[in-house]
Amino acid sequence: MEQKKYWQSFGELTNSAAHQKSAQDEFKEELPFDGFDARGLEQAGTPRRDFLKYVGFSTAAAAIAASCEIPIKKAVPFVNRPAEIIPGIADYYATTYVAGGDAIPVLARVRDGRPIKIEGNDRSSWSKGGTTAQVQASVLDLYDTARLRFPAANGKEVSTFEAFDKMVAEAIAGLGGAPLVILSSTINSPSGRQVISEFLAKYPGSRHVQYDAVSFSGMLQANEATYGKRAIPSYDFAKAKVIVSLGADFLATWLNPVEFQHGYTQGRKINPANPTMSKHYQFEGMMSMTGANADERFTHRPSETGAVAAGILAALNGQAVNVSGDKLKKGIAKAAADLAANKGAALVVSGSNDVNVQVLVNAINEAIGANGTTINWANPLLNKSGVDSEMAALVNEIGNGSVGGLIVIDANPVYTYFDGEKLAAALPKLKLSVALSEKLDETAKLCKYVLPVNHYLESWGDAEMKSGYVSLLQPTIAPLFKTRQWQESLLKWSGNTTGYHDYHKAFWSARLNGDSNYLAALQDGVIEPGASLALSTASFNAAPVAAAVAASAAPAKKGSVTDKTADVEVVLYQKAGIADGRHANNPWLQEMPDPITRATWDNYVMMSPSLGKKLLKIDIAVDTQADKYDAFPKKPVVNLKVGSKKAVTLPVLIIPGMQEETVAVAVGYGRSEEFGKASAGVGQNVYQLAALNGATVSYVTAGQVEATDATYPIATTQTHGKYEGRHEVVKEVTLASFQKDPRQIIEARAKELAPWGGLEHYEKDGTIYPVFDKPGIKWGMSIDMNSCYGCGACVVACTAENNVAVVGKPEVLRAHDMHWLRIDRYFSGNPHDPESIQTVFQPMLCQHCDNAPCENVCPVAATNHSSEGLNQMTYNRCIGTRYCANNCPYKVRRFNWADYTGADSFKHNQDIFDENPAVLMMNDDLTRMVLNPDVTVRSRGVIEKCSFCVQRLQEGKLQAKKENRPLTDKDVKTACQQACAADAIVFGNVNNSESAISKTRKENELRLFYVLEQIHVMPNVSYLAKVRNTDHISEHEAEEAKEGKAEAAKPAAEHH
Amino acid sequence: MSNCAACHAVLKDGTGPALFGVEERVTDKKLLHDWIRNNQAVLATGNKYFNDLYVARNKTPMNPFPNLTDAEIEAILKYVQDEGVRQQAAAAAPAAGAGAAQAVSEDSSLLYGILTLILAVIVFTLLTVNANLKKLADEKEGVPSFEPVPVWRNKAYIALFAVVLFIIGGYYTIQGAIGLGRSQNYQPEQPIYYSHKVHAGTNQISCLYCHGGAQDGKHANIPSLNVCMNCHMQITEYTGEKLFREDGTEVNGTEEIKKIYEHTGWDPGQKKYANAPKPIEWVKIHNLPDHVYFSHAQHVNAGRVACQTCHGNIQEMGEVKQFADLSMGWCINCHRETKVQFTDNKFYSIYEKFHEELKNGKVDSVTVEMIGGTECQKCHY
Repeated sequence: MEQKKYWQSFGELTNSAAHQKSAQDEFKEELPFDGFDARGLEQAGTPRRDFLKYVGFSTAAAAIAASCEIPIKKAVPFVNRPAEIIPGIADYYATTYVAGGDAIPVLARVRDGRPIKIEGNDRSSWSKGGTTAQVQASVLDLYDTARLRFPAANGKEVSTFEAFDKMVAEAIAGLGGAPLVILSSTINSPSGRQVISEFLAKYPGSRHVQYDAVSFSGMLQANEATYGKRAIPSYDFAKAKVIVSLGADFLATWLNPVEFQHGYTQGRKINPANPTMSKHYQFEGMMSMTGANADERFTHRPSETGAVAAGILAALNGQAVNVSGDKLKKGIAKAAADLAANKGAALVVSGSNDVNVQVLVNAINEAIGANGTTINWANPLLNKSGVDSEMAALVNEIGNGSVGGLIVIDANPVYTYFDGEKLAAALPKLKLSVALSEKLDETAKLCKYVLPVNHYLESWGDAEMKSGYVSLLQPTIAPLFKTRQWQESLLKWSGNTTGYHDYHKAFWSARLNGDSNYLAALQDGVIEPGASLALSTASFNAAPVAAAVAASAAPAKKGSVTDKTADVEVVLYQKAGIADGRHANNPWLQEMPDPITRATWDNYVMMSPSLGKKLLKIDIAVDTQADKYDAFPKKPVVNLKVGSKKAVTLPVLIIPGMQEETVAVAVGYGRSEEFGKASAGVGQNVYQLAALNGATVSYVTAGQVEATDATYPIATTQTHGKYEGRHEVVKEVTLASFQKDPRQIIEARAKELAPWGGLEHYEKDGTIYPVFDKPGIKWGMSIDMNSCYGCGACVVACTAENNVAVVGKPEVLRAHDMHWLRIDRYFSGNPHDPESIQTVFQPMLCQHCDNAPCENVCPVAATNHSSEGLNQMTYNRCIGTRYCANNCPYKVRRFNWADYTGADSFKHNQDIFDENPAVLMMNDDLTRMVLNPDVTVRSRGVIEKCSFCVQRLQEGKLQAKKENRPLTDKDVKTACQQACAADAIVFGNVNNSESAISKTRKENELRLFYVLEQIHVMPNVSYLAKVRNTDHISEHEAEEAKEGKAEAAKPAAEHH
Repeated sequence: MSNCAACHAVLKDGTGPALFGVEERVTDKKLLHDWIRNNQAVLATGNKYFNDLYVARNKTPMNPFPNLTDAEIEAILKYVQDEGVRQQAAAAAPAAGAGAAQAVSEDSSLLYGILTLILAVIVFTLLTVNANLKKLADEKEGVPSFEPVPVWRNKAYIALFAVVLFIIGGYYTIQGAIGLGRSQNYQPEQPIYYSHKVHAGTNQISCLYCHGGAQDGKHANIPSLNVCMNCHMQITEYTGEKLFREDGTEVNGTEEIKKIYEHTGWDPGQKKYANAPKPIEWVKIHNLPDHVYFSHAQHVNAGRVACQTCHGNIQEMGEVKQFADLSMGWCINCHRETKVQFTDNKFYSIYEKFHEELKNGKVDSVTVEMIGGTECQKCHY
């Protein structure tokens, strides 16, 4: 097998001094020995006498506390128990996660009246039970302390809804016929649309404008021009053998990542008998998560997207390709050749919001026969319908006073619109402004009337993410606060006396022929077309293409880089976690490390190493400079200027794979105080850096970066665990080499293990310990690295299921993060050559080793092994020595440095965190309602780690016992497995040869490997090697040169 | 049988009529069987006897039992007949020799204590005598003697005393510390004097009729009040033998029943829920620490453990008392000894090794411990 150098940080790449030092220590901080040695015990901070005082006091205190009477607990049964509720047993209600136009069918797990966990609904034929990080985290938004608790007018509480309705009705009457506008995010709820149209009918002259925070207007308009439909078709990535993405982050944030991940993964699964896979090209300026997963990735300036699209079209037509750069030219030729060779099984997508680019993409798709094969017009995606020109017109009208009243539903344009300032100035002048919002966000703050709306888990409703595929919402809890659904409000204001629940019921009963069908649909959560709809094409109008080609010529390269400033192109992107910023106050999402940068709690300027070298004088290939940059959390700060007026000051993260003159900044940060304590003061808002480019908002602009002397700490997690120089943590081959020599991985393993019994007898012969029996069940997990795209849904699902604490930025900075499951990101290649960068994602969790190093070193046997193969952690036995964490080769054990979830139990308990309330995010009774009662809430001083969701295993086994049958795969699913839209994780009983896990391991024997197998810890988590559909696994050119140095460093690495 | 006993008694009227003599009242066997299986169908046929009965009982419907076979129904009817005759005979010959056999098991530790004390005094006296004799002998022989050290300043005695005190004190301190947070024999006074003896003992109501959660989930659950009202809509007064609290005061059963009506808002005069309900705040007796995940379903449903194993003779308790100390040692001991429903429950078919050993006669049963029932994460996670 090819040897390849993987690195998680630049220090690791250069094997710098700081890297070597940090690899030696398990815990970053020095132990507080307090100068023992120098001054002797008498002068120590805690001398012997003090120590004895403390011992005496705490013994006395414990004795007094313990001699108190046991508190009397009350048990209060129902007066009249509903038949379906059995206290202590979770109920699942089918509902739908709704955020703007995005709607994912889900099941809400409700424990004793509280929704505590969201799972995907596998009855949906397109989501197939998949979720995203936002979906998983959304349950915490229900218990957000910053939610509005009552309706307000001019900032004062209105006591009843009736009084509020009266005020609004009077205000509408007082408009005197001036137009009333409903401004909302995309509404694809069939009944909601009807409610709006009834409202509009009641008030002539009123209209409805839809607005998406991140616009897809370019696509809508291009499709209107070329296909005559202002719509977005659905894409079938499963059928595509060749996928070309022009900057579309379709695995993370673009349109419908749940469906796309599931489709994409079909082409990435390797059939062991006949290994083939789809080929994915990515052309982009920034390093996106989707780009990181591409087989071949080519970078270009973002303004060249049109030129690249035109180039591909030209290449397909056999014409000359007009782009700068040889690599890019070759890439285009290669991609075009592959597309042409796979007509009818190819797909091109683009994340650009430029109409011309999208027209060209349509033309390419037409040329490669995608229309009607991989692109389906039968059931268009309905989650984005905002058109930028309509919004721009509305903002102008509000500005010049020609709009009388504005009702804002679930939209926050003051924050998300590029010209939010203008809107903010004009809003207070409106005669009537009503915000129907969950929170006092930037827009609601400026509205006269604010009516809080229900969280989706408190609402009735419906959504049609994909035309024909409806999913329903039902409340899973009564509204926590004095809130009302917007549909109900609009019904009231349009004079309809029916409540929305009855309206909803009547609406769907009529369409489904009867109440019983309605109830059945509510139970299923989804209404699907009987047979899957036939594929449909749309007729293509090639007229606009010529103009689009003409408009697509790339602007001349501007840029100059001086000592202090550099001309760059700025890309505004959405992160996989925070996305458009709607969920910015969700601490689970804030703490989820970004897939590429592995940073938490901030946005920043992503910059290429080349630009970093020129502008910031940091050459990451030089180890001392790499250390200066990445051994410390403090990062250099730059001023990012766009035009003459707009500027933000942000820290820089140097990310390999970025195009040299491109910088990228994530939207969704820099929220107002009122939005909540987790998001306040985190990052900067960069929506205003976007610009209206003709008819559409462009998220790519030209700008200038200016270096400053300031620094700012960023909490990145990638370097928190280290493998201490042990290699072969990830395994990777190219498709061609795998086809040629499919046994290479297994043979390499066999060779390595040969001296200790080989593959067959390694467990027994590789150790002097006895091998213990696993009668009955032995749990095992298999993770397919070919299907892990790094999106983080599993990380948040694990956090929600297992009561994993939120620790906040100051704690992450100290490497005190608590995630049981992390997704490691490895780069390989030459950091100064973006095309050579290849990325690998590897989910890493407790491997439940059968010969676990952590178990041997625990002095109190708090961690030990079960006969089912679980590495058990018993919190109430743990005394916090942390020997286990120190001895874990995978670095998956986490220590509770503070009482993150119960610090409010007495006053001044955790005063040191006062400055950053996010550390103690979960410390109030409302937020704690989200905790899973089936999992112990850990307190200060104990170690914790992945338990394979043992509470679910116990529940699954009990279910099988109750039903008097053997365990099946359906009984047990870990939270991470359930959340994954790409089916990367398989879990089950290895002792059962019919289980999915046994079959997966057997069938994929040739790709199977265990991380650090050579140290004989016998992990129960197996991985399937990544297969890359490229010609070569890139090699770091500098590697050979460094070889000598690496050798020299080796003894040191081996030593510890 | 517990199905019937929820509403019917043999000789007394409950929610349903007394069953004794039912075969004389309804001579048509088939009709009776049909009625027991599906009473609503019989009512629908317009049978006069049953319709009159239905009206007389305020149209409270009887649960259908479609799964009962003819043989089972016959067995029930036979039991009713025999039990009725027995109970009548027992009532005729009133409690003659009740309470005769009070086992006399006197505590003998006091006796041992006194014996130990006497022996200790004898030892002390002998030691003193010995010392005095030695002193006399020494004086006689002219050996110079030292001034005797009094007992309270004798280092040997002090050391001995300290060691004994340390051992005894240490023992009780440790026992006390282990017992912290445990509350065996806890028997709080409840808002309603609810007697398990009357319900589960005398009236033979199945535990699961009220604590159905024990079959399904973690909690056995205190029944919701509508379950109480299933019977107490009809049973408005207590006429059984006298009830006494622990402190000896008598309980007025009828008054206690009225408390349910107060809480449910039921007006027995109007026979409807007339007032606002208010839940009952029972005092929780069995408390486990937060880090223990105990599942009733696992024990009652899968393990077929009798309620009494952990809760004691609940059918003989007036107000409930905590029977076991609910300590981890107590749990573990039981897990070591208890045999799993190994061959009955198909779940355990995956333990091929143990099935093999059972077949070979290598082991005669499989205990909970053998399949991992004493591992930490079976209860702590």
